Amino acid sequence: MATITYIEHSGAKHEVEVKNGSTVMEGAVDNMLDGIIGECGGCCSCATCHVIVDSAWYEKLDAPDETETEMLDAVPEPTPTSRLSCQITVSDELDGLVVQMPEEQF
Amino acid sequence: MKNTADNVVIIGASHAAAEVISTLRKAGWEGKITLIGDEENLPYQRPPLSKAYYSGDINTDKLAIKNPSFYEMTKVGLVLGARADSVDRANKEVVLENGTRVSYTKLVLATGTRARLLPVEGADAPCIKYLRTVADVDDIKSTLAPGGKLLIVGAGYIGLEVAASAIKQGIEVIVLEAQERVLARVTSEPVSAFYQDIHRQAGVDLRLGVGLKRFVTKEDENFAELADGELVKFDCAIIGIGVIPNVELAEHAGLACDNGIIVDEFTQTEDPDIYAVGDCSNHPSQIYQKRIRLESVPNAVAQAKTAALSICGDNRVYDQLPWFWSDQYDVKLQTAGLMQEHDEVVVEGDVAARKFTVSYFRGGKMIALDAINSPALFMKAKKRICMDLQVDN
Repeated sequence: MATITYIEHSGAKHEVEVKNGSTVMEGAVDNMLDGIIGECGGCCSCATCHVIVDSAWYEKLDAPDETETEMLDAVPEPTPTSRLSCQITVSDELDGLVVQMPEEQF
Repeated sequence: MKNTADNVVIIGASHAAAEVISTLRKAGWEGKITLIGDEENLPYQRPPLSKAYYSGDINTDKLAIKNPSFYEMTKVGLVLGARADSVDRANKEVVLENGTRVSYTKLVLATGTRARLLPVEGADAPCIKYLRTVADVDDIKSTLAPGGKLLIVGAGYIGLEVAASAIKQGIEVIVLEAQERVLARVTSEPVSAFYQDIHRQAGVDLRLGVGLKRFVTKEDENFAELADGELVKFDCAIIGIGVIPNVELAEHAGLACDNGIIVDEFTQTEDPDIYAVGDCSNHPSQIYQKRIRLESVPNAVAQAKTAALSICGDNRVYDQLPWFWSDQYDVKLQTAGLMQEHDEVVVEGDVAARKFTVSYFRGGKMIALDAINSPALFMKAKKRICMDLQVDN
């Protein structure tokens, strides 16, 4: 279990408890948060779950694979700590993770 | 916002259903929501059934579209394991097979499709399967041990995805296709040729342009008899020759149907209190300027959103560019747009390295693109196609 903070583009913050094994994307859609769409259900095909990871946390995550890296190149506003949240699996180590949701998904 | 006695009833526990529920609550719907589904399961993802679920990479928990707690949070009345028998439009009630009546203020039909049955002799034998549900996959896998022989009839997405998943598990796979190439309905020759190659390289016995006469059982062994008389032995067969939209509820209720339930740009049928979304709906595409029916999750989800907002009084024209994906082996195919009626095909990239795109043009405008292991180009093409075609409109 990890508490994850999702920050909307407007600045609104949501703290959500997400169970281990779920993805950061699932944590958002199960709790009906705006800003993460997850159209393809989490198979890294649509890039509608783009998040900007807090830079202190970014280095602690497993590196994105080639498909994810390419998808991230093509999102409207990529940042150095951008990730697709369907590719981040939650574990106890991610307790306290903070992600921002970009304007394009609102 | 609405009388709390109002009830939105959704038929079909599906991707669309989960999205209707979520969008209704986000938009402030305070009335009731009832979900009727003929399987016992909460809505689950079907695309992984032929891929990650088949190969055992994910379990049923991971198939769920939403956590069970989502349905508590959104206060949804769940009526699962129950089949809707008819819709009584005069009384605004759904009649279940067990006779129960559920009254609706607004009804959303998300009835999806069912597998097209193979009309040949012997196709009703127990070893002949169709793949639509979790139960179907569990059943198929229980009959096939490594080393077993799987016969797949039909080289469409489902057939090819299962072929890739099964061969990874040490199953011997034979694919029969009546057409001269795989995926003939949905893509062009260069992409078909590529998939034929990768399946053959993986060891699939792929037979194209082959007629299937009948299935026969001799001394406890199953055979497919081909048009030329050859007998092909197998343990289990999966038929993947397309699907038929489930329109019967709508049709019997007097709603217009033609390759799907006819809806307008707001996913509304001719009855303003009844919507139809997803694979079962035949809807106008603003982008392609014709009526279409799609078999795709993104379409189901986006139409569901349109329907839920319309129910809440917010009518927004449904106008999403169709897109699709398929995972086979280490190859991700992403398709943007519909390639039919193209007059020019451009292949770019490195086919041998399994990384290329095929773009489709009509009158110089890009109408569709197949991206093989090229996700960035797929993303860009989605935008380009919308731009190119909207200039047309």
